[in-house]
Amino acid sequence: MTNSTAPAGDAATATSPADGRPEPPGDRRRARAAGDRRLLRRQRRSRWDLKLSPYLYVSPFFVLFALVGLYPLLYTGFLSLFDWNRAYYVRGEFIGLDNYRFVLTDPVFRKALVNTFSIFLMSSVPQVVLAVAVAALLDNRLRGRTFWRMSVLLPFVVAPTAAVLIFGSLFADRYGMINQLLTEVGLEPIRWHVDRWWSHLAIAGMVNWRWTGYNALIFLAAMQAVPRDLYEAASLDGAGRIRQFFSVTLPMIRPTMIFVIITSTIGGLQIFTEPRLFDDTPNREGGPDHQYMTSTLYIYVKGIEDQFYGRASAAAWILFLIIVGIAALNFAITRFLTRRSVS
Amino acid sequence: MHHTTAGLRRPTRLVASAAVASLVLGMSACGSSDDPTKSAEQQKLGEGESLTITTFGEFGYDALIEEWNAANPDIQVKQTKVSLWDDWKNELNTNLQAGSGLPDVVAVEGDFMPALVAAPDRWVDLSSDEVEGRWLDFKEEAATTPDGALLGYATDAGPEAICYRADLFEKAGLPSDRAEVAKLMTTWEDYFALGEKFVKAVPGSAWYDASGSIAQAMLNQVEFPFEQADNTVDVENEELKALYDTVTSHVPTLSTKAPQWSDDWSAGFKKDGFATIPCPGWMRSNIRDNTGDPAPKGVVWDIADVFPGGGGNWGGSYLAIPKTSKHQAEAQEFITWITAPEQQLKIFASLGNFPSQVEALEDPELLKATDPYFNDAPAGEIFSNRAAAIEVQPYHGPLYSDILGKFQDAINRVDQGTDPEKSWGTFLSDVAALQ
Repeated sequence: MTNSTAPAGDAATATSPADGRPEPPGDRRRARAAGDRRLLRRQRRSRWDLKLSPYLYVSPFFVLFALVGLYPLLYTGFLSLFDWNRAYYVRGEFIGLDNYRFVLTDPVFRKALVNTFSIFLMSSVPQVVLAVAVAALLDNRLRGRTFWRMSVLLPFVVAPTAAVLIFGSLFADRYGMINQLLTEVGLEPIRWHVDRWWSHLAIAGMVNWRWTGYNALIFLAAMQAVPRDLYEAASLDGAGRIRQFFSVTLPMIRPTMIFVIITSTIGGLQIFTEPRLFDDTPNREGGPDHQYMTSTLYIYVKGIEDQFYGRASAAAWILFLIIVGIAALNFAITRFLTRRSVS
Repeated sequence: MHHTTAGLRRPTRLVASAAVASLVLGMSACGSSDDPTKSAEQQKLGEGESLTITTFGEFGYDALIEEWNAANPDIQVKQTKVSLWDDWKNELNTNLQAGSGLPDVVAVEGDFMPALVAAPDRWVDLSSDEVEGRWLDFKEEAATTPDGALLGYATDAGPEAICYRADLFEKAGLPSDRAEVAKLMTTWEDYFALGEKFVKAVPGSAWYDASGSIAQAMLNQVEFPFEQADNTVDVENEELKALYDTVTSHVPTLSTKAPQWSDDWSAGFKKDGFATIPCPGWMRSNIRDNTGDPAPKGVVWDIADVFPGGGGNWGGSYLAIPKTSKHQAEAQEFITWITAPEQQLKIFASLGNFPSQVEALEDPELLKATDPYFNDAPAGEIFSNRAAAIEVQPYHGPLYSDILGKFQDAINRVDQGTDPEKSWGTFLSDVAALQ
């Protein structure tokens, strides 16, 4: 786009002196000098156009980001240094790093962090693996292709709240469907809402159910962009389907892989709706013992329920730094692994 | 493909950090610097505009609002219902924080009223001659600031009786007649002892619906449950600890172990899960909805005119008007009408929520009322007696509702198998984190 505007600008400058206006009688040289100056100005303007417009074209994103991303980010950092007036819901006194001290020494926050990572690992890892597998299957010539692809995406369309309601009746401790089946076969019922790791598994299940299909479609799109002659060449070399998948498909979808892994890392560390609605106690704080409270839920509980906005802001900043760190680490690992698989 | 990878690298990092930033911190974006105590500019209700009111649970307002709307074409009212108080409380907190988004009329659980009283200049003073002396003293006092501003109009009161499953009592070989049942549980010791007898006779069933509701019932008989009269938090008092020990000691035998209002709790009504439940007037509609109307074959609910350890009041709500409302006069007119004794009597008849208005309580129709769903129990008479039996009005400070949440958590942890002492320790640190 930027390339095509530049010649147009040049053309306009070239034609403009002959715009038909009668030249006033007088010193021709002076007139020519004025014309030259005008020409220069136009040229300069077109050079600016060339330099500036690309930035203007991309600016909407950055303006928007500054408004809804950067501003809250900085404001949250600002708030995290203040006390909070609980009765009037307004900022209190400046208290320095006290909020950070509170959050970092709060055992509940540490518990929430462990929960977050546990749920994240139980969801993101199987999710990406499964999504690649599903995408590879969908990449075949299937009858009713659109039908299969759409049905993979269906869980994503269901509102998370509705999904949790459905899963809630599956996972209820006493009268839930899974437990009734288990007792029917003579097994011990699982205490989904009580035992820490079982509750994480249940929540990860809901997350996976929702996101696997979505990621699969992204992978599928990437797989379809892989040139088919590569497969032809591979099969000429005697590579089977499996070998083709590992040696052609995987390396070729590397950029998509990185993208999905990073987005699902960010998403996985911010799981909120599922644990909040999975909780069947009135407080909804991720279980009465915070067995499945995630760090975003911690921020919510501190900010909205307990009315300590400063502490919530401090926790948000800590979580932000953690996620940036993990995303960077993830990026490095993925790059390292996929690069090795190419060679 | 390879050169695109290289090109992707930088943007990816940028996009990633941008996304992280906006996602993680986006939720903390609100918080306004405007003065929250300033009243909104008043406007006339325009064409097609209506007053908004948000209630939680079941206030029984559907038919009444229809009646009001038919009679008042210039002041149309639109109701939003939220199913659980705790969810509505969070939304309310969020809106108060943002300083916008509140409806014209806000329904508030009685336990949360002290928080309003602690920040009185965010709410419209509703005192007027018209409503002077309308409510029971304790209801009005709980909504009045030290300066005499009235911040909420009481809707109902929650004098507690015991609702019980007469069919399960029979099955256990216990007397099932409501007068006899009432004699058997005048103290908490008797109530728990009877429960031990019951669970031995009917294995697989529990004595009461949830440890949390027994805790709540007992808390409503404590004069200073969590806070002293000067609002200092005091949760390490002997009375509270004794209460906690009593409730948690009965967890293994008498309780369903399901948290109040959970899916398992609701399912217990239908499935012979438990035999008794502390029963303020408004609980009847919950019992009816959860058990099913008409009741499944063989299920007989009844109400005993008794409450262990004397009377007790559980809940009963208020309607308040935030200063952000642009139609305060109209809103006040509406809530004056809907909390009037006549309207509350209609709600009592249709739903069971017990009025908090003096005049309604003396109404002969109310005293005569029976409840067919509860084996034709004389509900009007029973709940009037229960209201008269209330001796202690527990003191609720501004943190009451928040601490109550943590206390319920502590009880729920024990239900889920945590050691009571350990759970008590967590409760203490949870409460400390609230200050």
